[in-house]
Parts: sequence; C-alpha cells; structure tokens
Amino acid sequence: MRNTRIATRLGALALVLAQILAQPGGAQSFTIDKDTWFGAPQARQTLEIIATADTELFAPVINAYIAQNPDLRIRYSEAPSIDTHIAITEAGAQFDLVISSAMDLQIKLANDGFAAPIAPSGAESLPDWARWRDLVFSVAQEPAVLIVHDSVLRAGHAIPRSRHDLIDLLRENPQMFDGRIGTYDPVTSGVGYMFATQDARATDSFWRLSEVLGRLNARLFCCSFDMLEAVRAGELLMAYNVIGSYAATHLDADDPVHLIELQDYTLTLLRTALVPINARAPQQGVDFLSFMLSEQGRRLIAEAARLPPVDVLEFLNAPHLRPIQLDPGLLTGLDQQIRQQFLNEWTAAMEQP
Amino acid sequence: MFSGQPRSLRRSLAIQLVVLAAVLAIGLYLAVLYSAQRASQATMDAILGAATLSMASNLRATDQGVRIDLSPSTLSMLSATGQERLFYRFAIDGQVLSGYQDLPVLALPSPAVTPVFYDGSYRGAELRLATVSRALMLDGTLTPVQVIVGHTRDGQRRIAAQLAQNAAIFGLLLFLLSIPLSLVSAGNLLRPIRTIAQAVGRRGAHDLRPVRQPAPTELLPLVGALNAFIARLKAAFHHTETFLAEAAHHIRTPLATLRSEGELLLRTTEDDSQRQHIRRMIRSADECARSAGQLLEHATILYRAEQLEQTEIDLRTLTARMVERFRTIAEMREMSFTLSLPDTACPIQADQVLLEAALRNLLDNAIKYAPSETDIHVTLTQPGTGYRLCVRDHGPGIGGVPTAQLVRRFQRGLAAEHIVGAGLGLTIVQEVAETLGGSFSITDATGGGACATLELPQG
Amino acid sequence: MRFLLIEDNPNLAQTVLSQLSAEGHGVDHAFNLAEAEACLAAARYDLILLDITLPDGDGRGFLKRRRAQIDTPIIVMTARSEVSDRVGTLDLGADDYITKPFDFEELKARCRAVLRRQGRSPSPVQQFADVSFNPLEATLTIAGDTRALRNRELRLLEVLLAAPGMIFSKDQLCDRLFSFDEAVSDNAIEVYVARLRRKLDGSRARIETVRGIGYKLVA
Repeated sequence: MRNTRIATRLGALALVLAQILAQPGGAQSFTIDKDTWFGAPQARQTLEIIATADTELFAPVINAYIAQNPDLRIRYSEAPSIDTHIAITEAGAQFDLVISSAMDLQIKLANDGFAAPIAPSGAESLPDWARWRDLVFSVAQEPAVLIVHDSVLRAGHAIPRSRHDLIDLLRENPQMFDGRIGTYDPVTSGVGYMFATQDARATDSFWRLSEVLGRLNARLFCCSFDMLEAVRAGELLMAYNVIGSYAATHLDADDPVHLIELQDYTLTLLRTALVPINARAPQQGVDFLSFMLSEQGRRLIAEAARLPPVDVLEFLNAPHLRPIQLDPGLLTGLDQQIRQQFLNEWTAAMEQP
Repeated sequence: MFSGQPRSLRRSLAIQLVVLAAVLAIGLYLAVLYSAQRASQATMDAILGAATLSMASNLRATDQGVRIDLSPSTLSMLSATGQERLFYRFAIDGQVLSGYQDLPVLALPSPAVTPVFYDGSYRGAELRLATVSRALMLDGTLTPVQVIVGHTRDGQRRIAAQLAQNAAIFGLLLFLLSIPLSLVSAGNLLRPIRTIAQAVGRRGAHDLRPVRQPAPTELLPLVGALNAFIARLKAAFHHTETFLAEAAHHIRTPLATLRSEGELLLRTTEDDSQRQHIRRMIRSADECARSAGQLLEHATILYRAEQLEQTEIDLRTLTARMVERFRTIAEMREMSFTLSLPDTACPIQADQVLLEAALRNLLDNAIKYAPSETDIHVTLTQPGTGYRLCVRDHGPGIGGVPTAQLVRRFQRGLAAEHIVGAGLGLTIVQEVAETLGGSFSITDATGGGACATLELPQG
Repeated sequence: MRFLLIEDNPNLAQTVLSQLSAEGHGVDHAFNLAEAEACLAAARYDLILLDITLPDGDGRGFLKRRRAQIDTPIIVMTARSEVSDRVGTLDLGADDYITKPFDFEELKARCRAVLRRQGRSPSPVQQFADVSFNPLEATLTIAGDTRALRNRELRLLEVLLAAPGMIFSKDQLCDRLFSFDEAVSDNAIEVYVARLRRKLDGSRARIETVRGIGYKLVA
C-alpha cells in the first residue's frame, strides 16, 4: 500500500515537474485559492499581487498601504507556490508583484528572465544574503522549527536541542511516537522539498532522521498549518520543519505546544518578492515592495502579519539560524532528474524495513 | 602663414602636448577597457569551465540510466561571481536529460576533457557558455553525455564597466594634469629661444659680437645663422666705413695735385687771360673737393645716425677745440673768433663724430659767408637741461629765409651765389641736430648778420 | 727752415716741394715711412708734413711713434674723410692737420702757426734795407721800432720780399692774398698795399706803384 502511495506521488511529481520545466507551449492553467480586492472600487490605480501567504497575513499591511494611497485598489491572489510559478511563466498572467516563500521558484523566475530589474527604496539596507541581484528581495525571514506537544515533556522527556537529540528521543521511544510524528511531504510540498534538500545538504543526520521517521510511520503533510493543527489537537506529538511564523500566528498562549529552534542549526526561509517582467503596473509593485521594506512596513509585517522581518541582528544573536542561500544553487532542487534522484533516495530511506 | 597674429610656438607646442596627452589618456582608457574585459572574461571562463567539468565528472552511469549529481554549491559558486543568471543542460545525442532544453548549442560535437566556450543569446540575455562531454557506459554502449553550462555576462560587464570608469577617471585626471604640465614644459623648452632673443635685444647698436649664449643643439643652426649674419653685417659696416674713407682719399689726392699744379702755374704765368683760366680751374677743383667732402660726410652722418655711438663728451672742450682748428683760416681772412663758454664742463651724451661734423659745418659756414675783418661770436650756454650753441656772424644775414628752406639739400642762401660749396653744410647740421634729439635754426641777428643756433639735449 | 715732406703721390709732392722751395725753405722728400725714418735719422727738421695714407703703412702709427721721440712739429695732410680722421690724428699728437686739396697759402699759414706755437728760437728774421721782418712773429722792426703786421699785410710783404724789385701785378697779389672762393674787388689789393706802406713808414724800404702794371718793393 505504501509502495502504491509513493508510486502515485511520483506520478504526480512527474506531472508537476513537467509543468514547471515545460518549454514554451500553450497557456497553462493555474489555481488561485483566494482572490481578494482591497481598497475603493472606484480607485484609478490598481496593484495586483500574487502570493503564497494567507490573505489574512498580509491584509493589515495592505490596508495600511491603501490608507496612504486612497486612489489605489489592490488585488491579492493567494495561490500555491507552484501555481504562482506557472501563473507567471506558462500562463502569462500579469501580476505586479509576486511574494512567495518558495525561494527556489522565485530564483528560477528571476534566473529564467521573468523578473524585472528594480530598485525599491530600502533595498540598500538589505544584507547581501537577503536579495539576489536587483531582481529578488526578501521581506521576511522565517525559521523552520520543531513543534513539540506538551505531553512529551509531561512524560518526562527533555526537549531535544539538536537533530541528534531528536533522533535519540525517537529511537528510544518508538511506541510513543509511532504514527504520531509529522513532517512535510517533499513530494507534494515545494517548501517541504526545499527543507529536505537543504537538510540533506546541511547534515548527514538528515538521512538517519529520515530512516527513523520512516520506521515510526511518520505522517506527511502538505502544509505547516495542518501540522500545527494536528499537534494542537494532540494527534501528533511532534512536527518537524514547521514554518515558525505560522505557529506564532495560529497558536494561542495556552496551547500545549512548544516551538523549538534546534541548536545544531535552524533553517531560515526567506519570503521574497519580485516584480514580473510582464507586470501591468510595475511601478506599483516596486512602490509596495518599498513600503514593505520601509520602517513602517517592517513594523507591520512583524506586528500585524506576525512574520519576522529581515533582521541581520537576529542572525548575530542566534547563530544557529541559517538562512537558505538565495542564489541559483537553488535551481538544482528544481531539476527533474536531480529531484527524482533525491526523492528516490528519500523514499528509500523512509521505507527502510 | 604670416597673416594675422603670429603663431605662438609655445601655444602650438602646449596644444600638441595636450593633444598627445589626450590621445594617451584615451589610449589608456581603451587599453584598460580591453584588458579589463579580457581579464574578467578569462576569470569567468575559468570558473565556468571548472563548473562545467565538475558537473560532467559527477555524471554516473547506473542501471536506471544516467545519474546526475548536481551540487547546489557548484551553481552557487558559479553564480556568485557577478551574481549571474545560470542555465545548464545535460543531453545525450540531442535528447535533453535535464535542464534548459533550448539552450544554444555548438554546431560541433562537444569535446571531452577540455570545455569549449562560446557566446549565445538565450531568453533575451547574452550568454557565455561552456560545453564538455563525458562518455558513460550505458546499456553496454559508450555514450557521450553533453553538458552545457551558461551564464549571463551582466556582472562581468559591470566589473568591466567599473574598471573602465576608473580608467576613464584616471585618464581624465592625467589629461587635466597634462595641461599645466604641457604649458610649463613648453615654456621651459622655449626658454633658450627667449634667453637668446633677450640677450640679442639688449645689445647696443654697435655690439656686433657673435652670440655666445649656451643654446640647445636644435637651436645651434639658428644661432649659427644669426652669428653668420652678424659677421656679414659687421663686414658690411666695416666695408662702408672703409669705403667712405677710401672714396674721399681717391677723389681728393688727385684734386690736391691738380690744385697744387694750378697754383704753381698761376705763380709763373703772367698772361692775364691764362691766369683767369687757371684760377677757374683751381676754383673748380676746390668746388669738386668740397662737394665730394660734403657728400661723403653727409653719407657718413646718415650711416652713423642709424647706429649711434653714444659717449660722454665735454661740449665746452669740444667747442673750444673746434674753434681753435678754424682760427688759422679765419685769420687768413682777418676774421676773429670771440668765444664765450660756460665756466664748467658741459657733459653731453652724444656721438662725437656727428657733433664735430655739426660744429665744423657751422663754423665753416660762418667763415665762408661773413666778410673779411669781421668778428664771429661763438656762444655756448646752458639754458635749462640742454645746451645752446650760437654762432653769430656779421655777414649779410639770410634775408628772412626760413631755416627749413636753408637746410634743404643743395639749397644756398642769398649770399652764396659765388661761394664754393655744395650747400650741404646746413643740411648736415640740421640732420645731426635731429639725430641727437635737438634742433637747429638760423635767424637774422639784430644788428645785422646771421645767427645759427644749435640746441642739444644733454643726452 | 728745414722741412720733411712725407708724401707718396709724386705729383703732389713735387708741387708742394716746388712751392716750399720757392719760399726759401729746404725740403727733403720721403715717399714712404721707411725713407722718412732714414731722413729723420740723418738730419734735424723744423717741421714735418705727413701724409696719412702711405704705401708701407698708416701715417698714424708713425705719428704716434715719432711723437714719443721728437718734438718736431708735425702737420698731417689727409685726403680721407674729415669726419673720421681729424680728431684721431690730433689725439695721436699731430700739431695740426690740413685736408687735401689745400690752398698753399693755408699750408703756409698753418706751418707758421705751428712753428710760432712751438716757440722755436731764435725765429728766423729776414733783413731788407733797414727793415727786419719776422714772419713767425708777424712783426717789422725799423730802427728799433717793432710793428705788428696783420695777416694779409704779412703775406703781402712775404710775396714782395721774395723778389725785391720785381713787379707784381694786382692780379698776382690778389691770388696770394685772397682765397679763390672770396669775392674780391679790383681795388681790394690797394687797401692792403696802402696799409703795408703805412707800416713801412720811416724806413728806406717802400712799395712803388708801377702805373698800369702793379707794385714792386724797393729800397
């Protein structure tokens, strides 16, 4: 049964990659989860944003921006990262700004010439690792954390500080964690795949962890939100590589959930923005990006959207935080062959008898 | 070429130097631009080649086919230099295994071992590409797998542009610096010319020594020509002086013989009509000698006026001596000089030869036109800063004829019809007066006779 | 008086020689500087007449040399440009100069003036009847009474004394007393004859008028 599932997944993967890497062809369809218009309908100027983040997350930022620009209406289209990519490339849809946490796809857009060179004000304060050329700019940095249910602590276990600790904990308590641990499915989730490849690049422990997770029949998720809900509901005791910002947004103070930044390293995702080359109103996109990079924008992102804005000091204070390198190195992750090889190896690791 | 403003050698030289500097600066700029492009290209190619080789060497043949092991680090590194956009492709016999399918390819098969570089255009960007192939044993057949890696050249161009800009700034500074330097060096180069010109310009009228100022090699022909010219001029002057003296000698010596013979003849001849002839002959000889003398004297004065030889002379002593020279002749006509001189010396800066000529002609004229047994008053006074020499006779006067007419060449006064002389005497006095910056006038004196007045500045 | 004439032009030299001899002077003639040196070595002269341009050298060199050795007066005769020569020769020690061509009367006058200035004593005196004539001093002495002669009186007496008893026409006398460029009336000579007669008053010497012919000096 498991083999079937994986085979099915691989089939889906082939389809997706075929879409991503398809060479010029007919217009492709893409899915938009939610389309929201902000601002006065009669406003003469329009800004169209396509983004992977929840609409609610960015709504305060957008509203604050519209308050300053009353003659502007903003369309916020929420879409999965792959659909976002397809919308800009094959579908030829016209958006003025793309905000996505899928760094690899953003880089690929820029690398393949779909991003316009821009110079938003405030970009000069971004560190080099938070931007690529004059094409891709980070608006938030989001660590991938380990979520632990309070019952684990109550059972007398110490909170794992590193992947080594985590592996030991899981190995020593197979009965406790069997079927009650979750992580991203790299096959269906772009972010999950990126985390997996970055982990594989960063440490040898990843493969041991994968074996352990496979043996404990870890559940695979598409999204951080689902994992978070599962932990909160007590279905899961732990979830690995959950985007921390979601947790911060969605958890209440009294929820029995702990967010752990592993001390050997904690991958930090960069949420990035770019202005597509075919934008109808590229200057609107640039202006909004400038707003997000401004002092006010950063504060709104931090306080209202509850996303950590790009902050060099954060990395100085917490040396375990490790930003994912924003450059064409990410392209390898999107390579069909390589992806397939990686997923084959990952599947093999997960399905160790 | 010689119309309008004279050409400034210094300016031309400075302009040429500045133009040269501009050419050098532009040349420097182009050279830096070229070598910067070459150097950055070479660097980028080296990295691109290494990345391509690394990607090719990580290819593995497996049961499932080709295994591509593409390290993100390789791409990161490749992109890092100038943050280039990257494209790659793995293919077997045109069938793309992975990467960008439509990357530009070489017409020739990709070589093994050493990558080949080429330029191409892809998705609106200019790419630098490298390709290499690696043979893998697939299904029992050795199959070449082609690897192509390309990157944009924006960063490289930025680096080159930055270098070029620096070179341009440096070139511009060099050029700006060259302007004052060119002016200074042009001035320095031409200084010897100025030095020589000043040295020659400072010379007195009679300084005909060759130019001895040290001159650079290039100016030696000019200095040589100048010295040769000076030597010729000197010879010409000398020749003129010698000629005038010789001419007088050659005219006067036979005239002297003629006159002496005539006198002798006159004494021994008693026939009145013959004596009359002889007398006319002697008179002609006198006239001839006098004319020749005055003509030559006139020529000498004109020639000397061109190159005054100023020395300090005591006009009082000179006047006394000149009068003394004429005393004998005056006595023969039973005339006498009354000389009135200042008590002290009368220094004057003048050409002695000219001054003597003027005095001689004044006195000669007075003796000639005054009747026998009269007095000639010579008075030297010092009114103001100059001198006034007055020769007053008791002759017939000039009958109100203006001085300007009297001093005209070959013009004689009323009284002169039967007196030997070419009439150049007063002309000579007038010319000397003008040359020495003074004036000359003849007026009818109150109480009869003429008064010739020579006014001279001290110098 | 003994003169040395240094003159390279034979014709001119000959005429000057003749005239000076006619005046009763002894004259030696040298054609060049070498001959002149020889003459000077052999005899003493009262006056030297020196031509400036000579075949074996410039007279100025000779002048300078001689001036250092002897005090014989020297009169330079020059045919060169008056402008360039005169001062130079005087500065070099000539006592006077005369420019060729010259009136012989002028030469004589200059010689007289030079000799007088030089103050050579005793002055030669010519004696005629009871008259002593000193041409250098320009005086006549008759019975101890010395009378000064004016220039033309002196020259007239000289002419007449050169040949006492000989009749000189007015014309001849005019030629000797006046220069050729002077306007002379016919009776001008009579004025000077009358003056000289007055100077000769009280002596046996007298000037007789030969009517229609001229004058002669008799005693």
